Amino acid sequence: MKQPIRFSSVMFWFGMAFLYLPMLSLVIYSFNSSRLVTVWAGWSTKWYGELFRDEGLMAAVWRSLEVAFWSANTAVCLGVLASVALTRFGRFRGRSMLHSLVAAPLVMPDVIIGLSLLLMFVSMTDVLGWPQERGLFTIWIAHATFGTAYATVVISSRLKELDRSFVEAAMDLGAAPVKAFVQITLPIIMPALVSAWLLAFTLSLDDVVIASFVSGPGATTLPIEVFSSVRLGVSPKINALATLIILIVSLVTLVAWWLSRRKLKRDKLVRS
Amino acid sequence: MIEPSLSRDGVDGHFLQIRSIVKTYDDVVAVNDVSLDIAKGDIFALLGASGSGKSTLLRMLAGFETPNSGKIILDGEDIVSLAPYRRPINMMFQSYALFPHMTVEQNIAYGLKQDRMPKAMIADKVVQMLRLVHMEKYAKRKPEQLSGGQRQRVALARSLAKSPKLLLLDEPMGALDKKLRNRMQLEVVDIIESVGVTCVMVTHDQEEAMTMANRIAIMEEGSIVQSGTPRDIYEAPNSLQAAEFIGSMNLFRGAITVDAQDHAVIDSDEINNQLYVSYGVTTAIEDKHVVFAVRPEKTLISRDQPQGEYNWCRGVVHDIAYLGGHSVYHIRLNNGKILYSFMVNSDRFADQPTWEEQVYVYWSDDSGLVLRP
Repeated sequence: MKQPIRFSSVMFWFGMAFLYLPMLSLVIYSFNSSRLVTVWAGWSTKWYGELFRDEGLMAAVWRSLEVAFWSANTAVCLGVLASVALTRFGRFRGRSMLHSLVAAPLVMPDVIIGLSLLLMFVSMTDVLGWPQERGLFTIWIAHATFGTAYATVVISSRLKELDRSFVEAAMDLGAAPVKAFVQITLPIIMPALVSAWLLAFTLSLDDVVIASFVSGPGATTLPIEVFSSVRLGVSPKINALATLIILIVSLVTLVAWWLSRRKLKRDKLVRS
Repeated sequence: MIEPSLSRDGVDGHFLQIRSIVKTYDDVVAVNDVSLDIAKGDIFALLGASGSGKSTLLRMLAGFETPNSGKIILDGEDIVSLAPYRRPINMMFQSYALFPHMTVEQNIAYGLKQDRMPKAMIADKVVQMLRLVHMEKYAKRKPEQLSGGQRQRVALARSLAKSPKLLLLDEPMGALDKKLRNRMQLEVVDIIESVGVTCVMVTHDQEEAMTMANRIAIMEEGSIVQSGTPRDIYEAPNSLQAAEFIGSMNLFRGAITVDAQDHAVIDSDEINNQLYVSYGVTTAIEDKHVVFAVRPEKTLISRDQPQGEYNWCRGVVHDIAYLGGHSVYHIRLNNGKILYSFMVNSDRFADQPTWEEQVYVYWSDDSGLVLRP
């Protein structure tokens, strides 16, 4: 007996192809032995070797990771402070202004953010003599700025829905407000902090527009490096690098899924 | 109050003194000049509808709200200016507010850790508290792995762990279903009494207040309507508000015609016969308008006309609500007024009046109450 082809399964596979076919072709072409990206000339792993020998590219990878790490940390710290101010301090003077200022980078085009930051850094150098040159430091500031906006959205929405009686209970049991926040509120909203951090990290790793405005000589991040090398002609090394990134991201996602499923199963087991 | 109070007088009634507390939010008066005395070891219930200010009063005791004026004196010390984390008071929250990232043990130990108690002493105290609430087996569980009743026990243990001078309960049974509620009410009272802690609770459920508390204050619109023992409030309400808030009442509006030292007679348009009470009513001469009230369980139904000229009326059975233990009869009088009367179903298949039957409702001379409208 022949199974009739259902509309929903057709759409499912169509959607999957739409999302993952480009990545699949990228992965396959990273094993191409030809130096031309579009011409297939048999299997080879030589571009992976080339990739690890390319010190410029590898340095850019580490630089990007470093910037993303620090700007994500900064964004989460500032995001927590902004969220607490917005959700816990009632209606203070300038609250709505703080709210719109924090949210501004979400709706502002990257080009404008990049340009305005560049102008600010240049005039600061003129007036204050600091920062002396643009580089990793200025990229960090820029990324922390828009990362804070996203982190604040994620964290404040969690804080807003958090039952206040948790903090009140902690204070009732003898914890001063700051202690109650650190011991009770922070652990409870930890998942929101983690997703805010990951969001800020990814956005920083991904950003090419703002970084190209505020970066200086010797501070080329990975996206800029890739972007400029593509303009000179795509090297299959980039394919190899992209494949590795996809691999790492999939592994991290898989582990996160496995961990959460295990926790769910264990909870069910205990309850029954 | 018209009738002499039935309460035992609190001789040691000054453990917690609330003096002229006022709390306003912008223009809204939440608590309006409330004063209360609570004795050591009392379980005191603040009973009121939502918005009556009872929760605000409780939160002021805990320290989460600051009164605009007034004093709260606990064991001789004015605590109004103390921060919540410095008060010798612990609260069990309506949602329990158990910390989800901590085990049962850690939850109970949290308050003790804040006092920097030595580790060994904390461990002993936690075991002792777990035993008190019969939760020894669940020490390592997280709150999400517990049932509603178990969570409540943990919350109670946590709020008792620091041996507070005053325990606050905010709608203690609010998160439980009906059946569990009845069981936990008695269990919680047992635990509180075995510890001997003074307790103030807030509830909107009169049955809960009467089951758990030995003293009750009814709050309405920010003020105390009446306070006293459950029996005081039920049998001798001091106002129409208090009478209508607890249980149900048959009310007749009327005027006093005879007012002697040992009895009073009331004329009402709502009933054919005169109403009689066996105690004197001190009336203001210019205002003879009163409300005569009688509880449904104090009225009797019969098919024969009662003797005497007072306190009975004729009607037909309009409706019967059979509740198992007792039935609520709705008796319609000639003028359309409905009276409620409880009949205890002590016989399994007794010959009781049925729908549209003509009956007489009557009550004894000391059952009625005279209240100010």
